[in-house]
Amino acid sequence: MPVDMIVCVKQVIDPETPASAFRIDAEAKQAVPPPGVPPVLNGFDENAVEAALRLKDSAGGRVTVLSVGADFTNDVMKKPLSMGADELVLLKDPAFANLDSFATAHALAAAIEKMGRYDLVLCGRQASDWDNAQVPLGLAEILGLPCMTVAQHVEVVEAGVIVHRALTDGYEVVEADLPALVTVSNELGEPRYPTLRGIMAAGRKTPEVWSVSDVGLDLALLEPRIIVDELEVPVSERVCEFIQGEDEADAGRQLALRLREEKLI
Amino acid sequence: MVEILVLGEHNGNKLDSITAELVSAGRSLGGVICVALLGKDLEGLAAEAAAIGADKVYVIEHPLLGGPSIDARVEAFEQVCRQTSPKVVLIGKTLVDRDIAPRVALRLGVGLTQECIEVRTDAETGRVLAVRPVYGGNALATVTFPDRDPQMAVIRGAVYEPYQTDGPGTGELVQIEVDLDPSVTKVRHVETVRQEAKRVRLEDASIIVSGGRGLGGPEPFKALEELAGLLDGAVGASRAATDAGWIDHSYQVGLTGKTVTPDLYIMIGISGASQHMAGCSGAKHIVAVNRDEDANIFKEATFGVVGDWNKVLPSFIETVRELVG
Repeated sequence: MPVDMIVCVKQVIDPETPASAFRIDAEAKQAVPPPGVPPVLNGFDENAVEAALRLKDSAGGRVTVLSVGADFTNDVMKKPLSMGADELVLLKDPAFANLDSFATAHALAAAIEKMGRYDLVLCGRQASDWDNAQVPLGLAEILGLPCMTVAQHVEVVEAGVIVHRALTDGYEVVEADLPALVTVSNELGEPRYPTLRGIMAAGRKTPEVWSVSDVGLDLALLEPRIIVDELEVPVSERVCEFIQGEDEADAGRQLALRLREEKLI
Repeated sequence: MVEILVLGEHNGNKLDSITAELVSAGRSLGGVICVALLGKDLEGLAAEAAAIGADKVYVIEHPLLGGPSIDARVEAFEQVCRQTSPKVVLIGKTLVDRDIAPRVALRLGVGLTQECIEVRTDAETGRVLAVRPVYGGNALATVTFPDRDPQMAVIRGAVYEPYQTDGPGTGELVQIEVDLDPSVTKVRHVETVRQEAKRVRLEDASIIVSGGRGLGGPEPFKALEELAGLLDGAVGASRAATDAGWIDHSYQVGLTGKTVTPDLYIMIGISGASQHMAGCSGAKHIVAVNRDEDANIFKEATFGVVGDWNKVLPSFIETVRELVG
């Protein structure tokens, strides 16, 4: 059975940005894009794209990628297309700068309702900037969809969708009717690399760009429900005692002796 | 008196320690601490909740709450919030409750803060200030809520000490009725597949030896197993190592893996990205072996060796063997 899928993605500051390059604007209470470090697609969202593409590989169907924001880096947003997604829809409007989780969920829901027909909405389990894991759950509530989180395996069958949810000591098998919403975790496996053909095909595709009025979104729904009062760079309290030796092997020996001295081993 | 509602976490027989930690967090805000227990046949648990310092224990019993359905718990907890109108709702970061919190917050039309490590009251406004790491720990945000209640916060485990009381609890038990129809359950549970840890559970281990990207492959984890065996500890891993397939995902420590609080956390070839540190920053002592002297981890470590683990680890293991053998 071909599956109609919508994958929600987010552009984020590269989480691998070293602490030394990370900058905040304390007055605006926002992180500032670090100079020379390009933004990336949220890692778990790439896992969600991978889950969608695997379903498309096995059952056929269509993968539409959706994102909401005030501004996008084109190369970042096109990555899912170069991996094999069919279409990219950007919900873009100045009103979408710095939305909180639930405002984002309302904006995404408006776009998904405009799209109309779909079987499965896939999202990354959480975004690496704020790690809230709230947008997908809020979105499922707004759309009235069954919601299954932290998937490590997604399978569409006649009767609906079967999901293996990653637990810390195993996994839980759950199922629901379609349409449904699934959030995907890294346990699903590495996302595929874009192929040269995929990159060229993505280059020829133009994203569909929608504004607030295009999706008929009530701006009152974007009202913030949390406010950032302060944003600061934390200071670490620990001072590391470096263990040295005549050479690296000796340092290993000295480390063990030092830990023994502290009665830690 | 202002009510603070704590969502009690339990496995049907016993309260999870996070519940007493949430009572501590609630006490720091001041107010009447109400612990809500969802389930069936809750008599024993209710007494336990009263004994950990709850002023009131809301007992919400329903056949649908005895099973694994998250949907039923969302529906029930929403009804409890509407019936009791708390000023603040505190929820622990567990796999289930981390799902429940946003769904209930959205239904109530209020704000929610995840991953909190501190909650306090703003002296000026009387509103809750919730402190939490963001951008993988590169920044710390203090978040507040506009004038709608309840103000909801999900709090990380092992950041508050469990609340201690002397003698039996005096908490008042209050039964709350919820109206649940089987149709609320949209997601059906099929089965749970458990994969048991080999030796000591990571969460219970007092010594953990963890390996990361710097190990370069699956082979070195054997040396880590050997070291953990000598120390009667457990082996852990960073997400980079589990994603690479060098070791099973169940070994992952970090923001999206396990949260551990050992006395001694030994990190081999882990750079100390905050994704990982979020899972182990509760360790009393951190030891790091890393080739890069500028690695993040040396900002967090108690003891460090700058060097190639290939050369440091064998002599370290050998000396440990002599010392503990």
